[in-house]
Amino acid sequence: MNHWIIAPVVLPAMLAPLIAYVMRHDITLQRATSILGAVLLVAVATGLFLLSADGSVHVYRLGDWPAPFGIVLVLDRLSALLILLTSVLGLIVLIHASASGWDRRGRHFHALMMFQLMGICGAFLTGDAFNLFVLFEILLIASYGLTIHSGGKARLQSGLQYVIMNLAGSTLFLIALGTLYATTGTLNIADLSVKVREIPVEDAALVRVAAMLLMIVFAVKAALFPVQFWLPGTYANAPAPVAALFAIMTKVGAYAILRMHTIVFGPDAAAIGTLSQDWLMPAALITIAIGGFGVMGARRLMPLIAFAVLGSTGTLMLAVSAFTPYAAQAALYYLLHSTFAAAALFLFADLLLTKRESGDLLRAAPATVQNGLLASLFFVGAIGIAGMPPLSGFLGKLLVLDALRSADYTWLVWTVVLAGSLLTIVGFVRAGSLLFWKSTSPALAGPMEPESEEEAPPPEARLGPMLVAPTMAMLIMLALLTVFAGPVSRHMEATAGQLFDPGAYIDAVLVDQPDTKDLSAHGEEH
Amino acid sequence: MELVVATSLGGLTAAGIYLILRLRAFPVILGLTLLSYAVNVFVFATGRLTVGLPPVLSDGASAYTDPLPQALVLTAIVISFGMTAVLVLIALGAFLEAGDDRVNIEDETKTTGENDA
Repeated sequence: MNHWIIAPVVLPAMLAPLIAYVMRHDITLQRATSILGAVLLVAVATGLFLLSADGSVHVYRLGDWPAPFGIVLVLDRLSALLILLTSVLGLIVLIHASASGWDRRGRHFHALMMFQLMGICGAFLTGDAFNLFVLFEILLIASYGLTIHSGGKARLQSGLQYVIMNLAGSTLFLIALGTLYATTGTLNIADLSVKVREIPVEDAALVRVAAMLLMIVFAVKAALFPVQFWLPGTYANAPAPVAALFAIMTKVGAYAILRMHTIVFGPDAAAIGTLSQDWLMPAALITIAIGGFGVMGARRLMPLIAFAVLGSTGTLMLAVSAFTPYAAQAALYYLLHSTFAAAALFLFADLLLTKRESGDLLRAAPATVQNGLLASLFFVGAIGIAGMPPLSGFLGKLLVLDALRSADYTWLVWTVVLAGSLLTIVGFVRAGSLLFWKSTSPALAGPMEPESEEEAPPPEARLGPMLVAPTMAMLIMLALLTVFAGPVSRHMEATAGQLFDPGAYIDAVLVDQPDTKDLSAHGEEH
Repeated sequence: MELVVATSLGGLTAAGIYLILRLRAFPVILGLTLLSYAVNVFVFATGRLTVGLPPVLSDGASAYTDPLPQALVLTAIVISFGMTAVLVLIALGAFLEAGDDRVNIEDETKTTGENDA
């Protein structure tokens, strides 16, 4: 048993109380500790990624209890990939939050951040449905604190909505788990997979109810129609670094659907059939449409980005809803891309907002200091999230469209995805031209002179390299995803292949374990 | 006993959903509390309702009551308790900042946008 598997959960869990209780009065120490923690997390995640890259499934049995009875953590290609993504994102966001001073505008930012990373990593690792619920609650309770970090009326009100929505979601989660336990008698994901396939079609009603309830719960997390209403308000009002970290939160929902609804409620389970697919696809299409119209209708920058995130979630879930290995490969590639693209835009928005007197309102205003730098950051980020060449968003959407070519409603799916992209492009072009091109102050009539930068109003301090670096890093990730699209998508193919061949997963959890004889031998020794 | 449990579950859930839809922070908190009570009883009942049986198999016992849902309920109770505390604090903060306890948000973007135009 490889003990490193539990490190992504234990490491932040140990650092968080240290930061909250021991270092509470020293912000420098807090920053150093949490960034060091994130660096270690990236190192551990890279190690686990390499460990799982050969396709082996590693199981960590908590307390060494045999599988259906004890809780297991399972490391396969998918979970290793997502932990690596989370840790890299977390590190970049932490550097931004420290450089921009967001972490000192409220209390316990770094401790909450560590709990947040712990919850997300745990949710990706766990192989037990009830443990998934517990880790969801951990990441949610940390996210409640982060959403309302530094307070303010709008932030607290939208935070309240976010908490209520997610508490209702948690309630549904418990009902779903209860129903699942009542019908199958287990909550271990691998064991569930076996048990659900043993249920005859005639008795499947309750399992189908549980599958759909779980899907609604995960849809709340992934912000899928009709439970997407919390996302724009929450993301638009959350502190920008937190919103950037939340780019991974919708992916937790997508991951849970990908995991549960392929391994447990997959199309090959007679009791479920194409139930998940039939509901997920229309919901994803409507989500894309809402995202597109929201981008067009947004009058502020933060809601604009939030609606673009909604649109990208829709595209991601559309690819997931096909439940084929190729579509899952496309979904995973697009997942990596959309996480970094959304995070880059939120971090960029934070840089811009400090430089504009009118806040994030989309209207002409005097040019900011370093207008050119900010405009080019926005340009690259917008290309990324809208899915235009040459960045990875284009490749991701191309893969998604190609994967859905054999679907029943190809024409509808293609129309919606392409029209959604067009709306996003138009919305971002409008926002960009309002923010940067019309940025002549009323006094200046002609085209903007470089000298006018000197006349810019108070927030005239130039952005230091440490402030710009995190946004740049996010964009560099997009560039890397584009340049190494071949190797990355080959790895996604292997990951998707492993996901759709759950035999190895189930064997690793249930079959290849120290049998009960060992346990009784241990018992006799005592 | 099944009838009693089922009707009380239904009653709690209905009351909880009604209160959540009131769109005021205090009724919503009460509604979520009622819902979590209902869920706790529901999860408890998923191990089947039995009376007077031991929680684990022993030599003398012919049947047992499933101990796992009870452990799950314990976890769920602790979590919902903590969550309610967080919710109360956030609701209080929002009430103090905004001056009322409405859950829905007034759209300020619209008016500000008109002023700019």
